[in-house]
Amino acid sequence: MAVLVIAEHDGKQLKPGTANAVAAAAKMGGEITVLVAGHECAAAAQAAAKLAGVKKVLHCDAPHYKGFLAENLAALVVPLAGKYSHVVAAATGFGKNVMPRVAALLDVQQVSDISAVESPDTFVRPIYAGNALATVQSGDPIKVVTVRSTGFDPAEEVASGAPVEALAPGPDSGLTQFRGQEVHKSERPELTAARIIVSGGRGVGSAENFKIIEALADKLGAAVGASRAAVDSGFVPNDYQVGQTGKIVAPELYVAVGISGAIQHLAGMKDSKVIVAINKDPEAPIFQVANYWLVEDLFQAVPELTKEL
Amino acid sequence: MKVLVSVKRVIDPNVKPRVKSDGSGVETANVKMAMNPFCEIAVEQAVRMKEAGVVSEIVAVSIGLPQSQETLRTAMAMGADRGILVEADREVQPLAVAKLLKALADKEQPKLVIMGKQAIDDDNNQSGQMLAALLNWPQAAFISKIEIKGESAECTREIDTGLEKLTLKLPAVVTTDLRLNEPRYVTLPNIMKAKKKPLEVLKPDALGVDVAPRLKTLKVQEPPKRGAGVKVADVKELVAKLKNEAKVI
Repeated sequence: MAVLVIAEHDGKQLKPGTANAVAAAAKMGGEITVLVAGHECAAAAQAAAKLAGVKKVLHCDAPHYKGFLAENLAALVVPLAGKYSHVVAAATGFGKNVMPRVAALLDVQQVSDISAVESPDTFVRPIYAGNALATVQSGDPIKVVTVRSTGFDPAEEVASGAPVEALAPGPDSGLTQFRGQEVHKSERPELTAARIIVSGGRGVGSAENFKIIEALADKLGAAVGASRAAVDSGFVPNDYQVGQTGKIVAPELYVAVGISGAIQHLAGMKDSKVIVAINKDPEAPIFQVANYWLVEDLFQAVPELTKEL
Repeated sequence: MKVLVSVKRVIDPNVKPRVKSDGSGVETANVKMAMNPFCEIAVEQAVRMKEAGVVSEIVAVSIGLPQSQETLRTAMAMGADRGILVEADREVQPLAVAKLLKALADKEQPKLVIMGKQAIDDDNNQSGQMLAALLNWPQAAFISKIEIKGESAECTREIDTGLEKLTLKLPAVVTTDLRLNEPRYVTLPNIMKAKKKPLEVLKPDALGVDVAPRLKTLKVQEPPKRGAGVKVADVKELVAKLKNEAKVI
């Protein structure tokens, strides 16, 4: 058995989910190879070589991997896949976009968003927004798997790196043209890697009011998240969204402010170690998953909390 | 141009799903069902493009139990012109869904396929990307904007760090994210009109696709419950608990 992990990176560094995907790969068995494909990504390949358990890194550098288009990445991965028993990536926006394309070309039914590895062919995955856990067994010769980061502690960094081999690029499909990204720049930690997250919901009321959420987050050195209702209402951009259809997080401390606790939101944060909920509605379902809950108007409680810390 | 839109019948998103006591799955008998919310966004997008004169015909497709005809009628009440149901008496997994849709795309020759990014029952998030792969068409997953310009589609997609802009050569497959649009409510006159629209029913065999599941579900369980929490009286008590009891700050 051998596992190929597709790294997600920005050229210089690995994205947080990659180390978790390597940790999941280690539980599937066999030697782990990491593919770092991109444009000008030698530094990311070196970073991948330093993850514990990695035996080899394949570094593939070409201009047509800029933007990480699924069409081009799938065309690169598919001819490699025959040498492996598993092809694995993090279940992030990147992995969700690329991996089903790989799986379909291999005629494999992908196993999405696994939270545990039971055996090399059997995995646990949340379904129905985490309201149920399914244990599924794959009968396909190659297992194509995406990994929920919160299910696996990240592979550690080790001093001695694995060898990095250059890999010749695959074809450029020419089907899709990458016209750039608008990245929301922030000094705050990334949501999926943050130790503390402060999230706001519909109760916050406006984009302007989100400043009090941000002030609390900054005091705690936390990332800022939001419920789908807050995103739908236009208070914050979509990449803040925590939940079934947004990001899945499990920080040490999750502070939910003005969030009622719809099942779609709970799906994204209920594995957090400590959950604090602040809501003026004493019946809010969020209180059912909170370790500590405060029934108070958020416009009083949050500034006071910021001051007390 | 012709657009193909897929719609899936799922447990209503406002209903809390219940795991069957024998661990074989989630209870769907006598549970309120609805169109998957991301599929609603897909239908809405196709209808808006038709209203804007960009699209000439909308074909809605569903794969599933005979009751999925209701979901197709909803799509037609929203504005789809006709429906195709691929009737299956068992779970159809995403790879098989993609193969069935490929067979239909080969037959119908749409310029664009619009699908929801994810069904809220099995949370797979695969079928659209798989269909694009099988057709060897470009894909834009999780779009928040689409504009047709001649023979290409300019798409903005939601990524983990913000937004990404792609230009796709048509024909193409796109999957919808939340902010693409807000689906309309269906009106009674449109529901009546939808009843007269054509609805074709096919079996997977007729499309030459094997829909036997590749993944075997061994068991389905309830997730572990969180222990009961503590209500705090005020901010001061909360801070004390976080510092001294939880030790997280």
